[in-house]
Amino acid sequence: MQSADIDAIGLTLELATLTTFSLLILGTPIAWWLARTSSPLKGMIGAVVTLPLILPPTVLGFYLLVLLGPQGPLGILTQKLGIGLLPFTFPGLVVASMVYSLPFVVQPLQQAFAAIGPRPLEAAATLRASPLDAFFTVVLPLARPGFITAAILGFAHTIGEFGVVLMIGGNIPGKTQVLSMAIYNHVEAMEYANAHWLAGGMLAFSFIVLLLLNLYPRGGRA
Amino acid sequence: MTIRGIFQLSWPGFALAVDLDLPGTGVTALFGHSGSGKTTCLRVIAGLERVASGYLEVNGEVWQDDARGLFLPTHRRALGYVFQDAALFPHLTVSENLNYGLRRVPAAQRRVSPEAAIDLMGIGALLDRFPDRLSGGEKSRVAMARALLTSPRLLLMDEPLAALDHERKQEILPYLEKLHDELEIPVLYVSHSPDEVARLADHLVVLQDGKVLASGPLGKTLARLDLPIRLGEDTGVIIDAVVAERDAQWHLIRVDFDRSHLWVRDNGLPIGHRVRVRILARDISLALDKGKDTSIVNALQGQVQAIVDEAHPALALVRLHVGNTPLISRLTKRSAALLDLRPGMTLWAQIKAVALIG
Repeated sequence: MQSADIDAIGLTLELATLTTFSLLILGTPIAWWLARTSSPLKGMIGAVVTLPLILPPTVLGFYLLVLLGPQGPLGILTQKLGIGLLPFTFPGLVVASMVYSLPFVVQPLQQAFAAIGPRPLEAAATLRASPLDAFFTVVLPLARPGFITAAILGFAHTIGEFGVVLMIGGNIPGKTQVLSMAIYNHVEAMEYANAHWLAGGMLAFSFIVLLLLNLYPRGGRA
Repeated sequence: MTIRGIFQLSWPGFALAVDLDLPGTGVTALFGHSGSGKTTCLRVIAGLERVASGYLEVNGEVWQDDARGLFLPTHRRALGYVFQDAALFPHLTVSENLNYGLRRVPAAQRRVSPEAAIDLMGIGALLDRFPDRLSGGEKSRVAMARALLTSPRLLLMDEPLAALDHERKQEILPYLEKLHDELEIPVLYVSHSPDEVARLADHLVVLQDGKVLASGPLGKTLARLDLPIRLGEDTGVIIDAVVAERDAQWHLIRVDFDRSHLWVRDNGLPIGHRVRVRILARDISLALDKGKDTSIVNALQGQVQAIVDEAHPALALVRLHVGNTPLISRLTKRSAALLDLRPGMTLWAQIKAVALIG
């Protein structure tokens, strides 16, 4: 295996890990709000969160490029904050991957929170637990299967992204060149053996992820 | 020592407007049909439902006064709540469920020890189990112990027996009675079962369509004939009495109340024990004289107070006083006409069946 390929694998794992952790933290309050609210905004926010699920990744990547670019509102903001421009950098990839994988994390969490219902929280309140206390001692443990599903789906989905990365990150070896990009480059260069190594590895990885998801005991303690 | 609650709430299709002034000790039953607002009342008292305007004071502590902008959230109210479905935490063992509330109460405020609560509810053998390995009755008992361990100043119970079959109810009722007898925590008990109310309550609040129809001591309130709420076959009175004599030959005991007495089946209670006696209106017939040559064991002389129509056009309810104790008899209007019943008349109540409860 070439060193560029190993770089690509390392970069991909780093990207997926960072994205998944950030999304679990960001997605939890969004999913909680969506699961519990009766606000008229629920439908709107829910649709926005789900949008990356059906939008072509190139479309998503294109708009992110425009928004984060030198003339885009977010680009102007990041420049003013002294962060600089995000496109074609690794942090830019993380931001784009978070948008891209958002529904894969939020939806399992939202379903897990909705399935718990209001009763355990009411019981916790009558046992002197503040709302935050009850969230950590009752909701989080009860929603554990949802968190595991969300983490696995978010991670696996980020590992496999291509279109968004291509649009926002380009194809810079060791910097923004991820696994799927490396495969694409090998195929372009007619290096099928190298492509097989990476593609076969992805296939095995995806299969194992789905197998683990199916084997994980659902809806209860182990 | 009182519990004062004034609440107004209006939802689409339902409005609650109650002004409750309840004793700060003993068991108060909130009784009514489904949709009468009894559970909503309990949830409002617990702070689980927010009302537009409310006032709640529990034995001197104000928990809510919206006029002054005061609203203690549920977790800051010293209450215990037993939900109809027990609401145990499925990811915690019985013992962890019990500790959940206990360790959130400062040690100085704890008045019920884990040993006492576990013993009272008879759950010592269940401590290491998860809730999905408990029967319905066991879940209820754990839920009651869990609520008690927060040392509540007010215990709220939302039909804790409704989800249980008859046998399980009989299993739980003695524990509820022990709770009543051994702890000095005022209890608000929501129920639609006249049996449970008769057995457990000291004070009765009758709710209908979100309003209080009647509120008063159990015996007096049950004997009111003016309540539009109809208990049907369960219409009757409760009398507090004392076991006074045992007839070993015929397996009967004499229970005394208010200068009168009744003979009932011996259930083994010792002389001097306080008992509750329930007599249903359908089990009392009226006669102008005491009647000889009858199989009726218990006949009491009383004075007619009032006669009202029952739900069925053939029937009437008659309230008579034996001394100061009210009885209700249900009879046909034809019988009432034949006897020429009028308020003030003295006659005999022949009692066909007496149930000892509690």
